[in-house]
Amino acid sequence: MPGPQGIAWAGELLGNTLVSLWRVFIGFSIAAVSGVFLGIIIGWWPKARDLLEPVIEILRPIPPLAWIPLAMLWFGLGFKPAVFLIWLGAFFPILLNTVLGMEGTPRNLIEVAKTLGANSWQILFKVGVPSATPSIMAGLRIGIGIGWMCLVAAELTGSNSGLGYMIMYYYSTMEAAKTVAGMLMIGIVGYLAFIGLKKLENRMLFWRVSA
Amino acid sequence: MNQPKLLVQNISKTFSERKGGKTTEALRDISLEVNAGEFVCLVGPSGCGKTTLLKIVAGLETASNGRVYLDGKKVIAPGPACGLVFQEFALFPWRDVAGNVAFGPEVLKLSLSDQKWLTEKFLTLVGLDGNEHKYPAELSGGMKQRVAIARSLANNPEVLLMDEPFGSLDAQTRYLMQNELLRIWNEEKKAIIFVTHSVEEAVYLAERVVVMTAGPGSTKQIYPVNLSYPRHRTDHGFISLREKITASIVEEVGTI
Repeated sequence: MPGPQGIAWAGELLGNTLVSLWRVFIGFSIAAVSGVFLGIIIGWWPKARDLLEPVIEILRPIPPLAWIPLAMLWFGLGFKPAVFLIWLGAFFPILLNTVLGMEGTPRNLIEVAKTLGANSWQILFKVGVPSATPSIMAGLRIGIGIGWMCLVAAELTGSNSGLGYMIMYYYSTMEAAKTVAGMLMIGIVGYLAFIGLKKLENRMLFWRVSA
Repeated sequence: MNQPKLLVQNISKTFSERKGGKTTEALRDISLEVNAGEFVCLVGPSGCGKTTLLKIVAGLETASNGRVYLDGKKVIAPGPACGLVFQEFALFPWRDVAGNVAFGPEVLKLSLSDQKWLTEKFLTLVGLDGNEHKYPAELSGGMKQRVAIARSLANNPEVLLMDEPFGSLDAQTRYLMQNELLRIWNEEKKAIIFVTHSVEEAVYLAERVVVMTAGPGSTKQIYPVNLSYPRHRTDHGFISLREKITASIVEEVGTI
């Protein structure tokens, strides 16, 4: 039986995990919606691409870590800067993969849809978007991994809760075992998120599996 | 006066490359008439612009010169009046067989019950009953092309344009599909323009065979095929016409 100390520790680990999970969930959700939405626009209309690509390509090479000071200046400590950094990390891979998928819509599918009488919105939503789905799903999978890494980075410095904070805290008290426990937890949760998305992907893209 | 179903009038097409201002002439002054219910095959050397011509007729490409009329009306944009069947099938991989066939009726906003019976009708016509819920990745080449044909027909097009539809099929399937197409044509009475590399296929299928010149493509000669259906590839008349047309194409290739 674990003693009271053990139970307190388990509660602390679980609590911090939930805090981190919640931050990732919110940041990733915002990144998924904004990245896919903007990606569809940029990938479909060349004019939107010409307009927005320079801005995106200037912002993209800036590592999320470099944003931490600004995130803390803007949002203070805790939930908001963490969500911002997660969004920042997950947004670009989701955006770029969505753009790639939309641009890769096979020309003959678009032509067939036209000869079948589809208007331009129908071509966008019934041909472009479904055709880009595999690429979008790949972007989401990469995005959640990067988002998770950014979360930990954000919590290491700009937070007083969450798994990243916990790792840093037990580093300062020289408790290596608890630091490692926090690291392992990050690994396990990241792996579970990966499996979950992979399953979702297989379900949504069942049509790719050949007989 | 008897108006042709499809009238292709003095079509020319020149592609200009993005850099250097170089231009390529793909089609030169092509004219062609296709009557209602008529089966016409286009044959010619590779690169003679057959596909370009089909795309112009379908409204997917604009001609540099000339006009296309369908039932006396000028074709300016692609639409359901011209069905197009590609060599590489171009099925929507995320839709099952029924979903592919229903695409046309769906985008034209027909009622769900109409979508359903049209899908069923044309799947039966092409012999795909019982395969409604399969996905393209699960189908053989011949079955995919049946789906593509059913999908075009479900929109009740005036003209069916087929761009080497059986080119990627093995010989057995190809013969089978040729007979299937003749059966479908007999039942549906659509005008068909069928592009092929194979002179034999053209003579087997068409009422008229149009031979095109090497690029820039134009009509070299039109051969009526006065053989009754079903045709036999070993008949004297079949073979002599096939040889005549082949010689005409070889002559073209030789001039390049």
